[in-house]
Amino acid sequence: MDEAVKFHFVVDGNDFTSAGQASVQIKKNLRQLGIAPEIIRKVSIAMYEGEINMVIHAGGGEADVLIYENRIEIILTDNGPGIANIDLAMQEGFSTAPDNIRSLGFGAGMGLPNMKRYTDAMQIDSTFGKGTRISMTVNL
Amino acid sequence: MTVGEMAKTLQLTPITVGDESRTWSGVYIGDLLSWVMGRAACDNAWITIMSNVNIVAVATLVDVAVIILAEGVTLEESVRNTAAAKGVNIYTSEKTAYELAKELAGLQP
Repeated sequence: MDEAVKFHFVVDGNDFTSAGQASVQIKKNLRQLGIAPEIIRKVSIAMYEGEINMVIHAGGGEADVLIYENRIEIILTDNGPGIANIDLAMQEGFSTAPDNIRSLGFGAGMGLPNMKRYTDAMQIDSTFGKGTRISMTVNL
Repeated sequence: MTVGEMAKTLQLTPITVGDESRTWSGVYIGDLLSWVMGRAACDNAWITIMSNVNIVAVATLVDVAVIILAEGVTLEESVRNTAAAKGVNIYTSEKTAYELAKELAGLQP
């Protein structure tokens, strides 16, 4: 039986400066589990981009990380506005983030592309007006 | 070369020093955080003028060896405290990113 080790996080949508807590925590957890540093880097960066997206666009959300024998799955769920055009959103440089976010160093249109770059598989399910679910897999 | 030796040679001003015995290798320059996360490598010296608290998370996740704030940029106390708690090496310098990179290039083997 392929039993997963699970971690669950709530991403606070009101506090932009604390975004990243879940990613930093998962980095610690994976290190304790003896996962290779390059894998930890991939998982934590992909998850951080997802956290930032949920804070910027969706008023927060939830993150689940499941660690299997051969892979790590990251599932991000929010009840935000959804992504109007996923193909467009996946293009490097495309962003709908407001200016105040740009002044903090985000909103460069690199979030979703980075999530894809650092994972082996990524699926976006988004319903405009209802929310988004992104699942990402990093192979071990 | 260690972060401490590099900081001494370049006469950087320490802001938070987590582990100055850490070895650094290569340089990345950038202020857009997702760009840094996509391109910077582990153990890099990261030169930036960005000073908000998110640089601490990015440095931790990318695992850069040190952040060097260029052009005399400093950090607010709350950011400094977060960086200290996370053990991130951060220094500042009056020099520009270009001047810092030029000097760092001279230190690379």
